[in-house]
Amino acid sequence: MWRFIGGRLLQAIPVILAVITVTFFLVRVAPGGPFDSEKAVIPEVKAALEAQYRLDLPLGQQYLAYLRDLAAGELGPSFKYPGRSVNELIAAGLPATAELGAYALLVAVLLGGLAGVIASLKPNSAQDYIPMSVAMIGICMPTFLLGPLLVLVFGIHLEWLPVSGWGDIPGDKLLPSLTLGAAYAAYIARLGRAGMLEVMSQDYIRTARAKGLPEWQVVTRHALRGGLIPVVAFLGPAFAGLLAGSFVVETIFQIPGLGRFYVQAAFNRDYTMILGTTVFLSTLIVLFNLLSDILAAWLNPRLRAQYGEA
Amino acid sequence: MTTDAHSEVLTAEQGTSLWKDAWRRLRKNRLALFGLWVLLLFVIIALLTPWLAPYAHDAQNLDMGATPPSAAHWLGTDIFGRDLLTQIMYGGRISLAVGFVATAVALVIGVTWGAVAGYVGGRVDAVMMRLVDILYALPFMIFIVLLMVVFGRNLLLLFLAIGAVEWLTMARIMRGQVQSLRQQEFVEAAISLGLSPATIVRRHLVPNALGPIIVYTTLTIPSVMLLEAFLSFLGLGVQPPATSWGLLISYGAETMEEYPWLLIFPGAALTLTLFALNFLGDGLRDALDVRGSGD
Amino acid sequence: MALLSVRDLQVDFTTRNGRVTAVNRISFDVESGKITAIIGESGSGKSVCCYSLLGLLPTPPASVEHGTAHFEGRDLLAMSEAQLREIRGRDIAMIFQDPMTCLNPYMTIGEQLIEPLVYHRKVSKAAARERALELLGEVGLRDPAATIDQYPHQFSGGMRQRVMIAMALINEPKLLIADEPTTALDVTIQAQILALVAELQRKRNIGVIFISHDLSVVADIADEIVVMEKGHLVERGDRAAIFERAEHPYTRKLLDAIPAGSKAPSSEVRDDLITVNHLCTWFGQGRGREPLRAVDDVSFTIQRGEVLGLVGESGSGKSTIGRSLLRLVPVTSGEVLFDGTDVTALEGVALKQMRRRMQMIFQDPYASLNPRMSVYDTLAEPLLLHGIESRKTVEQGVLKLMDDVGLARAFVRKYPHEFSGGQRQRIAIGRALATRPEFVVADEPVSALDVTIQAQILELMLELGREYGLTMLFVSHDLAVVRHIADRILVLFKGKVVEQGTGETLFERPQQEYTRQLLQSIPGRALLA
Repeated sequence: MWRFIGGRLLQAIPVILAVITVTFFLVRVAPGGPFDSEKAVIPEVKAALEAQYRLDLPLGQQYLAYLRDLAAGELGPSFKYPGRSVNELIAAGLPATAELGAYALLVAVLLGGLAGVIASLKPNSAQDYIPMSVAMIGICMPTFLLGPLLVLVFGIHLEWLPVSGWGDIPGDKLLPSLTLGAAYAAYIARLGRAGMLEVMSQDYIRTARAKGLPEWQVVTRHALRGGLIPVVAFLGPAFAGLLAGSFVVETIFQIPGLGRFYVQAAFNRDYTMILGTTVFLSTLIVLFNLLSDILAAWLNPRLRAQYGEA
Repeated sequence: MTTDAHSEVLTAEQGTSLWKDAWRRLRKNRLALFGLWVLLLFVIIALLTPWLAPYAHDAQNLDMGATPPSAAHWLGTDIFGRDLLTQIMYGGRISLAVGFVATAVALVIGVTWGAVAGYVGGRVDAVMMRLVDILYALPFMIFIVLLMVVFGRNLLLLFLAIGAVEWLTMARIMRGQVQSLRQQEFVEAAISLGLSPATIVRRHLVPNALGPIIVYTTLTIPSVMLLEAFLSFLGLGVQPPATSWGLLISYGAETMEEYPWLLIFPGAALTLTLFALNFLGDGLRDALDVRGSGD
Repeated sequence: MALLSVRDLQVDFTTRNGRVTAVNRISFDVESGKITAIIGESGSGKSVCCYSLLGLLPTPPASVEHGTAHFEGRDLLAMSEAQLREIRGRDIAMIFQDPMTCLNPYMTIGEQLIEPLVYHRKVSKAAARERALELLGEVGLRDPAATIDQYPHQFSGGMRQRVMIAMALINEPKLLIADEPTTALDVTIQAQILALVAELQRKRNIGVIFISHDLSVVADIADEIVVMEKGHLVERGDRAAIFERAEHPYTRKLLDAIPAGSKAPSSEVRDDLITVNHLCTWFGQGRGREPLRAVDDVSFTIQRGEVLGLVGESGSGKSTIGRSLLRLVPVTSGEVLFDGTDVTALEGVALKQMRRRMQMIFQDPYASLNPRMSVYDTLAEPLLLHGIESRKTVEQGVLKLMDDVGLARAFVRKYPHEFSGGQRQRIAIGRALATRPEFVVADEPVSALDVTIQAQILELMLELGREYGLTMLFVSHDLAVVRHIADRILVLFKGKVVEQGTGETLFERPQQEYTRQLLQSIPGRALLA
């Protein structure tokens, strides 16, 4: 097992390095410098600014300097918010985004997992069709449509819940979390159902029934573990999707999180901010992928043994 | 004598090929058929939009502004007084085009890559699939956003970028198919008959790998359309004066308190299309008896 | 009174094409202390009938339409699911066909073993574990204490079946239902498991229902035999009655299908068509690991017109030898001379021409035909490829092949999934013969077929072999089948030839210990004499 984890960690390093490199050069070769839009910048001021952001150095040296800073955990100063570092901006946005992501993941796993298992227990019955139809809506209704619609209905029409904000008014966290988690709840429901159906048709389920175990024990003790492995393996990609989704949800609900900062940085051409955030988010995604892979492998004794023997 | 035999083969009981069998099953699936018809309808409308659209694409009426659905404007008008139905029709052209073209890009790259890796096997396979693994680990959503920021909002780039993400899964599916088919005894039989590799691929591998590929292609189109709409919503995809469903939804969301129809109708168009594609994909999966993989 | 007494049981299935009666009004008794065998081919309803007793059939599509099944005086078929659950795993236990898939791969065997005991008898986990260890020893697991916490994939097939048996017996049931418990196992392992079941049954004096497709498997252990065909019970009686005085034609057909006797060796001296010298086929197992020596320095010859039998258990390398001769797997070293030409050195056009002369018939008739090609396309492909028929005459050739292998011409446009296993194997044989080969490798061609079909296909192969003047390498795990069809037999063990000779010498005067062990494992040896 440790060898497996070690191997996967080693694999993650070149991926993260590749992300840093590609992002860095993409941002640097982008047409238009960061200060081009400011109409009348005095040449001296511009030169001073460029020196401050190391733009006067050759590209290769800029890259190496950036890597050195990264190794020290330093993401550099922001272009657009003078005097503030990218680290500070990320630190400011992260708590809200992390909280939102955690709630959304909770919604997705609990709601989706439950719906999937329930549907799988009685395939082709109302117990299957109803949650699966809802899941289909969840898959076909994009986040950026669901969000405004929920706001329209529950915020504006019924006036039950606040339409925006984060942690200001009680209940304002509900709609964003639901909006962000809905699509993934739907995916997980479908994956969970398919996984459970596959497992429930296995011979060892028949063995468990032949032992005289009651059906709920057959499901919980014998089927759940194998049936939910695909769901666990999906958590990595789901996390990446949730982060991207947070861009939209934070914009819709005006949540001061990382996602909204990122989108703003993209429009402002705040290159250091884009670069820093991309590197930060990418590393998070790669690590989370790793985590869900390890978890899925650990749940499977055959894989565990295969990697554990050495 | 020869002619007798000929007629004997022709008059023999017709067998049911697996394709025919699948079509028969698909025809019984009402949701999938609904999906197929809706999709066909939308594609035809998209193709004929310049002739079918009730108003010109850029016709404005600033004095009129946003109006609810009426006899003159079936789906109402937006704040510039533009006919919403016309906007949705033109937007659909772009949304569907992105969906189909980017999926085609993914299909071509992925199927070729996967087939080569699976058929050649050995070290070539190991290297090719390793690359896919590494690319898989990249946070592509964020990368596409980055690409759009850096290079501006270019439709061609959007096709390529989305296609470049989606080919990975396609390659994995195709490789898995080819690998498992290669071990089948009927492929061994074909080898021992002395058929050339090209013939084996064409006659024995491709027809049998087609099912999962068709299913996955059908399910890739909606996810590509979602991605495009997502980018357009953020303002990073299609740019005015061109429009897409994602962009229309984005405008609609801004003014939904006063003019909810501007959000609801484009949203319905997109959701309906996604429904149709997903139903069709699920139906094909059942009809072609494709199991697991790819999700 | 009988332990279990089934009367007029009828089970129906609702399918896409309407209702099908899988079990049609059958009645039989199972006595305590006796083994009752239920024999039937696929589709006979033998398993359905037993599963329905325990409520293990999914309903729908299955439904018990009629009948009673009194177990210790209570009607199982009238019980609620909760009442049945009390009996399942406590009074009536089951073991299944494939020990590979019947144990939960995500739980240790210990956890699975104690489950019935803890659930039904409310025994503490520690006490249950003690009992499990004891039983594992009794079913012949070496070092139970060390293996009880392992997962199923760490055991071989035979060992898993022993674990299954221990699991079934842990509550000391009164009735054990064994559904083809040895079908997926090698012959020597099968003999061990059969002996184990018989021994445990005697010791505990319990009733056993032993379901099998093969009469010879139960020849040594069954007290009572029930023969089923297409849902009907056609005959029942004690062992002697069935084997010696069977009345129903179907039972006699089953008995006749058991391959018996050796082929008379021909005295003709013919030249060698195939000479194999020091053949080695190894498979790499990844960096730093020893290669798997599937075939390890094997030499033999096959005379023109001869049928050479290749016998061995799984892992003996028997299939790999066949595939090596046909260049379907890369050979590591050694030579294969076909009519004087070294096959292992051929490339390009020469290889293609050689492929025409040697063909293969595969084991699994479901996997060996391209599901997307009709019979016509399948048979026409080799005919056209090698220019045996022209475009004009190819139809004639296809129909001739169909006649030869005994398929109705009307089926020529049908697809593989529309045929039964035996018919598919006929198509596969037709494809192999299409190139007019001189040499055919038959890799377990009948082991996936029902016994009666098996006999038909063997006859067909012998007949066509004579007609086409074929030389054949017949690969099989089944000594009785090989003895029936082969002129000479090669016994393989772990990639090496252990012994060779004619069927008669091998059966009567085996020289090697392994051969003797194989012979002793043949179920129902007495029948073959």
